[in-house]
Amino acid sequence: MNAVVVENIIKTYGKKKEVQALDDISFEVNKGELFGLIGPDGAGKTSLFRILTTLLLADSGTAKVDSLDVVKDFKAIRKRVGYMPGRFSLYQDLSVEENLEFFATIFNTSIDENYDLIKDIYVQIEPFRKRKAGKLSGGMKQKLALSCALIHRPSVLFLDEPTTGVDAVSRKEFWEMLKGLKQQGITMLVSTPYMDEAALCDKVALIQKGKILSIDTPVGITEKFGRPLMAVRSSRMLQLLQQVKELPGVQDAYPFGEYHHVVLKEDDAVAPLLDFIRTRKDEGAEITVVTPDIEDCFIALMKTDT
Amino acid sequence: MSNSMITAENLTKRFGDFVAVDHISFEVNKGEIFGFLGANGAGKTTAMRMLCGLSLPTSGKGTVAGFDIYKDNEKIKQNIGYMSQKFSLYDDLTVKENMRFYGGIYGMTNDFIRKKTAFILHHLHLEKEGDVLVKSLPLGWKQKLAFSVAIFHEPQIVFLDEPTGGVDPVTRREFWSMIYQAAELGITIFVTTHYMDEAEYCNRVSIMVDGKVEALDTPAQLKRTYAAASMDEVFLKLARKAVRGE
Repeated sequence: MNAVVVENIIKTYGKKKEVQALDDISFEVNKGELFGLIGPDGAGKTSLFRILTTLLLADSGTAKVDSLDVVKDFKAIRKRVGYMPGRFSLYQDLSVEENLEFFATIFNTSIDENYDLIKDIYVQIEPFRKRKAGKLSGGMKQKLALSCALIHRPSVLFLDEPTTGVDAVSRKEFWEMLKGLKQQGITMLVSTPYMDEAALCDKVALIQKGKILSIDTPVGITEKFGRPLMAVRSSRMLQLLQQVKELPGVQDAYPFGEYHHVVLKEDDAVAPLLDFIRTRKDEGAEITVVTPDIEDCFIALMKTDT
Repeated sequence: MSNSMITAENLTKRFGDFVAVDHISFEVNKGEIFGFLGANGAGKTTAMRMLCGLSLPTSGKGTVAGFDIYKDNEKIKQNIGYMSQKFSLYDDLTVKENMRFYGGIYGMTNDFIRKKTAFILHHLHLEKEGDVLVKSLPLGWKQKLAFSVAIFHEPQIVFLDEPTGGVDPVTRREFWSMIYQAAELGITIFVTTHYMDEAEYCNRVSIMVDGKVEALDTPAQLKRTYAAASMDEVFLKLARKAVRGE
């Protein structure tokens, strides 16, 4: 059963519709799935979330959340979805507890009724329940925002870039919280510009300039990479990159952490590259075969697209 | 004169009882790409503000580009470039107007501004976009342009505060190749990032935890010291020890 169905959604902005935010987007999200929308700023992630949460009208196309139409049934959808926008949008001058109570009341429920759902997250900020939301640290704000988005036990939860600008440790913690929520059967759509977070989703859509480049399980996406990928390094990284790029049989080469990744056109190009690295005189020249990750796939898809 | 572009010696900043930056000491060499990492709330921004001459330390010593951070903070501002993800260019000015504006602020001559503007537009392949409003440029272009503008007045050192946040992976790499080019020209780079693969691109990296510099070394040495396979792992090992929140 599908929790979200998006069909041929188009959204433009500007008087002459000159800005194409979403360019004929279609996909489905299954119930209980943790679905990632991975792409840089300006890819159209927020526009899509706002259409699905009934806060924005598409130019054309249809979308359903929990089998309800985002235009016709917008009131019903608003009662059942949770939305955590990219920007902190709680009431800064209400306390932690007051914010949570406010959102519970709006949705005709109480904190007690759904406490089990938010417990693991809320206990971490409960010691500060009298503190004004505006005075919380970034990490605590995020936990409160998530608690507020969950307090009415939504069937589908939309999280727009919850980890942007957040350090690596807090990002890991946040994804742990999402895993916990998945156990409780909540369908989640999460957007992020961090490619490494894709691996934590059940299914991901890679999105760029309003178009979906690829959509599959994280493993499915990387399996479609389809070319040999090698990692190389030496003591002279800049020079190495320039030289490797000029070798025949090399499709693309780019820095990748402490290595350069080299995409080869075909399997036959592996041997010449091995020779090139092994005959280098500079220190620590090294070459290994690597499995492409989501970032490799994103780069390849971006370059075939343009 | 020494080769150090930045020196910090027991640099400390208190806000009331709270010690935001707690006796940090380090040096950054000329032409070095120095990664300044830390969890949210570790004190990075406060430390950076002191080095940029925007906030006076409570105690400790520091120099930037040879200038004292207490006495010569106006001189420091003239000799550094600064760019952040949040603030860089004026959206409602054109590309050329932004350059003219920043060049003017830094007291560059009209002749210099004209030549430099032409050079940058050519270099970034933005010749056709000179008269376009910055807000209509894609984010990736904006960030590359913002970096060019931050080093428009040819500062000795440039501070980059999360310059690549939210940028696509291809542009992120193009941005780093611009950083390398600037470093080759002798500009010292002081950069913060949340992308741990970018920590690998730095000559040396410092990691702040709870206001202190917990580790400072080359990426390779840090990985050896902390028996970690990647900088991500090094960072997690150190930052997990943090006691205070943001």
